[in-house]
Amino acid sequence: MGRKEDNIKRAQALMTKPQQIRNIGTAAHIDHGKTTFSDNLIAGAGMMSEDLAGKQLMLDYDEQEQARGITINAANASMVHMYKGREYLVNLIDTPGHVDFGGDVTRAMRAIDGVFILSCAVEGVMPQTETVIRQAIREKVRPILFINKVDRLINELKVTPEQMQQRLAGIITEVNAKILKLLPDDLKAKWALNVEAGTVAFGSAYHNWAISVPYMKRSGITFKDIYEYCAKGDQKTLAKRAPIHEVILDIVIEHMPNPLDAQKLRVPQIWKGDLESPAGKGMITCDPNGPVAMMVTKIIVDPHAGEVAIGRLFSGKVARGMDLAISGMPNRNRVQQVALAVGADRISVEEIDAGNIVAIVGLKDAIAGSTVSSDQAMEPFEKMVHYSEPVVTVAIEAKHMKDLPKLVEVLRTVAKADPSIQVEINQETGEHLMSGMGELHLEITQYRIIHEHGVEIKASQPIVVYRERVEQKGGPFEGKSPNKHNKFYFEAVPLEDAIVKAILEGEIQSGGKIKDAKALAKKLQELGMDRDEAKGVVVIQDTNMLIDTTKGIQYLHETMELVVDSFKEAMNKGPLADEKCMGMKMLIIDAKLHEDSIHRGPAQIIPAVRLSIYGSMCQGKRALMEPKQKVFINCPQDLMGDAMREMQQRRAVIEDIQQEGENANILCKAPVAEMFGFASAIRSATQGRALWSTENAGFEKLPKELSMKVVAEIRTRKGLKPEPYDEAYYSA
Amino acid sequence: MAELVFVGLGLGPGSLPHGALDAIKACDMIFLERYTAPVPDDEISRLSKLTGRAIEELDRTAVEKGDAIIDVAKKGRAALLVPGDPMAATTHLSLRMRAAAESISVRIIHASSVFSAIPGILGLQHYKFGRTITVPFHREGFAPTSPYESLVKNTEAGQHTLALLDIDAEKGRYMTSREGIEALMTMEKKVGGDLLARGALCCIVARAGHGDCAIRAGPVQEMLRFDAGEPPHSLVFPAALHFLEAEALVAFAGAPKEILKGK
Repeated sequence: MGRKEDNIKRAQALMTKPQQIRNIGTAAHIDHGKTTFSDNLIAGAGMMSEDLAGKQLMLDYDEQEQARGITINAANASMVHMYKGREYLVNLIDTPGHVDFGGDVTRAMRAIDGVFILSCAVEGVMPQTETVIRQAIREKVRPILFINKVDRLINELKVTPEQMQQRLAGIITEVNAKILKLLPDDLKAKWALNVEAGTVAFGSAYHNWAISVPYMKRSGITFKDIYEYCAKGDQKTLAKRAPIHEVILDIVIEHMPNPLDAQKLRVPQIWKGDLESPAGKGMITCDPNGPVAMMVTKIIVDPHAGEVAIGRLFSGKVARGMDLAISGMPNRNRVQQVALAVGADRISVEEIDAGNIVAIVGLKDAIAGSTVSSDQAMEPFEKMVHYSEPVVTVAIEAKHMKDLPKLVEVLRTVAKADPSIQVEINQETGEHLMSGMGELHLEITQYRIIHEHGVEIKASQPIVVYRERVEQKGGPFEGKSPNKHNKFYFEAVPLEDAIVKAILEGEIQSGGKIKDAKALAKKLQELGMDRDEAKGVVVIQDTNMLIDTTKGIQYLHETMELVVDSFKEAMNKGPLADEKCMGMKMLIIDAKLHEDSIHRGPAQIIPAVRLSIYGSMCQGKRALMEPKQKVFINCPQDLMGDAMREMQQRRAVIEDIQQEGENANILCKAPVAEMFGFASAIRSATQGRALWSTENAGFEKLPKELSMKVVAEIRTRKGLKPEPYDEAYYSA
Repeated sequence: MAELVFVGLGLGPGSLPHGALDAIKACDMIFLERYTAPVPDDEISRLSKLTGRAIEELDRTAVEKGDAIIDVAKKGRAALLVPGDPMAATTHLSLRMRAAAESISVRIIHASSVFSAIPGILGLQHYKFGRTITVPFHREGFAPTSPYESLVKNTEAGQHTLALLDIDAEKGRYMTSREGIEALMTMEKKVGGDLLARGALCCIVARAGHGDCAIRAGPVQEMLRFDAGEPPHSLVFPAALHFLEAEALVAFAGAPKEILKGK
C-alpha cells in the first residue's frame, strides 16, 4: 500500500489550498449503487487496491453494514486526483439510502458543496431521489446526475441502442425538471443539468466505468461502442478506456464548486448570524486565519479514541490543543487529535484549515448538529432539517441490574451519535424508551449497544409511535385555574396542511425562538393562514403552533411563558392516549387573569391552560394518527400475486402497478404497525426474489373502529384507565 | 343542617375571637389551612385542646378542590380555620360560592388582618393605601414585573403600597424583607424604572400581631441591609405623607428626621 501512504502525503499538502479542494457526497434511493460508486472512486484514486473495490465495499466498514449489504453510516474518505496538470483533494461522504437512516443524509449535506444524485437506469427516478434533490438544494449543494447500472439495460432488459438513448434522455429530463422546480431563480441557468457541458454522466459503478459527453468527445468513445462492449460482455476494456474515477473526478473538479465559491453561496443560507462579523467574514471567505467555525455533522464512536466529531470547517484553523466552545454548552473542550478521515482510518495531522471536512477527538460535549467555534458567543448554524420523525419505539432494560448505569451512559452516546434516535425515560416504569425511524434502524442500534458497547439488554417488541390531532375546530373551551381566579379560552384547530408540510420540510423552523416574526407571518399568510393569526404566533413545537389572537389583555404577557410551558406539555402528551400531538393550531381566544401575580403562578396557570387545551381538543373530535409507509416492490411477474397477498394482509392500499419486461413494480401504502416482520415474510412469500424498499409517508388518521381499540391498548400499557376523559372532566 | 363556617384565626397566637370558639365546637369537622400565612404547630395543638377536637390540616390543592370540606358541610357543619381574616385572602371566595351553589349556609367569623394591622402598627392611614401587591418567589418561567408596575402607579397617584411577601408552603419558605426588596429591584431593572434606585422610603413590618412585632423605616437601600429576624415579613412603600404619618414613622419606626421637612 505504498501508494496509499504517498496519497496521504499529497492530501496533506493540498489541505491548505482551497481552490484545489472539493467536498462532495453521494445520495440516492437504496440499492442504486452509491457505495460501490464511492468505493471505485477511492480505489481509482489509490486509497484501496483496485481488485477489492466494488467487492469489499470499503466505505461499508461497519460489521453490520457488510453483513446486510447496505450503508448505515455516512462514511468519509479523502482522495487526490490529478486534473489538467494540477492535483486536487476530494473529500467524499457516502450516505445511506435506506429510509430508516434519512437523518444521516440530511446532516451529510451540510458538510459538502456538491453531490452526485445516483439513479438506477433500470428502476429510474424514485420518490427518494426527489427527496435527496430537495435536501441538496435547500443546503445550496450542487446536484449532478449519475445514471448507474446502464449495463443492466442492455444485458437484462435487452433494449436497443436507440431505446437506451431514449431511456437515458428520459431520466435526465425527469431529474432536471425536479431540480429546476426547486432551484432559486439565480441558480436556474447555472445549475440545470447539461449533457453537453458534462454535468450528467452514466455508466456502471460495479463494472468500474463511466462516461460523459465531453469525455466521449475527448476519447472518441461512442454510444455504439458502449453498447457493444456491454453486449459482448467486455466491460473490462470499457473500464480501461473510461475508468470511473477519471471521468467522475474530472466532473467533480470541473463542475463542483470549491470551498471558496461554495461558502460564498452557502453561508448566508445555513447561518443567520451577522455576515459582517468576524465569524461571518471568515466563513464567507473561507479564511484560515478567521475565528474557528465548524458544524459537526456526525459523531462516530471509535473503540480506541472514543467519540470522534466529524464535520465541516467553514472558517479558521483547528489544531491539537485548542480549546473550542460548543454551542449551548458552558465549558470549552480541548482538541486532542485532528485528523483527515479516510474510510475506517483516520490520518492524524497537526492542523487543518477552513474548507475541509475534519475529524476531531476531544469534543466531548458535541453532538451531530453542534456549532464549534473559538468564539463562545458565535451564533449557531441553522438547525439541520430532518425529513422524517421517529415512528417505532422499543423499551430497553439492562439484562443485569449492575449494568444499568452503563446502559444510561451508552444510550446517551448512541443518541448523540445518531440524532434520529430519541431516548426517553418512562418516569412511571423506569424503562428506557428508544425511538427510531423503523424496525431495522432500531435493530441495528440494539445490535450496537450489545456488541460495540458491551451491554447486554432486553428489548420489548417494537411498538408504533402514534400522534394525536383533531378533525375539526373545537372550542373556545373554558379552562379554570385550581383557585378559580384565572380562566383561559382556547380553540383547537387542525393546522393548515400546507403549513404542516412547510414545517416538515424545514421551510418554517420549528422549536426555539422565533427569529423573524414578520417574515414568518408573511410566509404563513402565503400558505393560507388568516392575517391576524399569522401575526400572533407565539411558539412552534414539532408541527404544533401556539397563537395568541387576543389584544390588550392585562398581565397576559408576563404569564405567557407559563402558557407556553403548558402548551408544550399538552402537545407532548395528548388528551387521547398521552401520545404527542401533531398539526395542531392552538388559539388563545381570551383569558381572564387575577391582577395580583401571586394568584397566577405556575401552579395556577399551567393546569388552567392544560384544561382549556384538552377540552377544546375534545370538542374538535380527537383523532389518533398512525404512521404510514410507502412500500415499493419489484418482483418477477409470476410472483406478483404472492407479493400482493402479503401486502393485503397488512391493511395496505395498492396505489400503482407497473409492468416492465419480466418484472412488476408494485407501489402501495401500508401502516407501519402492520409492517413488522415484513422482511422475512416477503422473502418467504417470493422465495427471496422480490426487491423492496420503503419510505416513511407521514401520519394518517386511524379508522374509527380500530382507533378505540388502539387507544385503550396504549392507555393500558401506560398504566392509565382504558377510556380517555371526556369534555365534562376538563370543565370541572 | 348544612353549614360551612369560615373562621379567622387573626394575626398572632391567641388572637382567635372569643365567640369563634363556641362556633368551632359545634362543628362536625374542623379543617385548617396555613399556606396563606404561618400558623405554628403549638398554636394548632392549643386550639385542639381548647375545642377538644382534632384539627385536620388541608394543603392548597385540597382547599382549592374543596370536596373534603363541602362533603362534610353538606351533611352537617364544617369549619375552615384561616390565618388572618378568612375573606381577606381572596382564594376562599370560590369555596363560599360553591357552598352557596350547593345550598350550604355560610357563616363568616372575622378576625384581625394584615390589611388593617400593618397601617395601624406604622401609624399610616388605611384609606391612603392603593392596590396591594404580592412579591412572588422566582419560579421557572414565572418572572412577573406587574407588582413593581403597580407600586409605581400607586406612588404616582399618592397612594401607599402594602407589599405582601410570598410563601412557599411546601418547602416551609417565607420570603424575607431583604429578598422582597431585591426582587422588586430586579423588576425595576427589567422594566427600566428608578423609583427604588432614587432611594424611596420603605417600611418593614416583621411578625405583625405577634408579641415580638418589629418595625423599621428608611431609604430602601438601607432597609435592604436590615435583618428583620423571624418571618413573616411585609413591606410598605409610603407615597406622599401626611405630617402625622411622618411623625409616627420617625417616632415608632426610626425613620430619618428629614422626612418631617416640608410637612
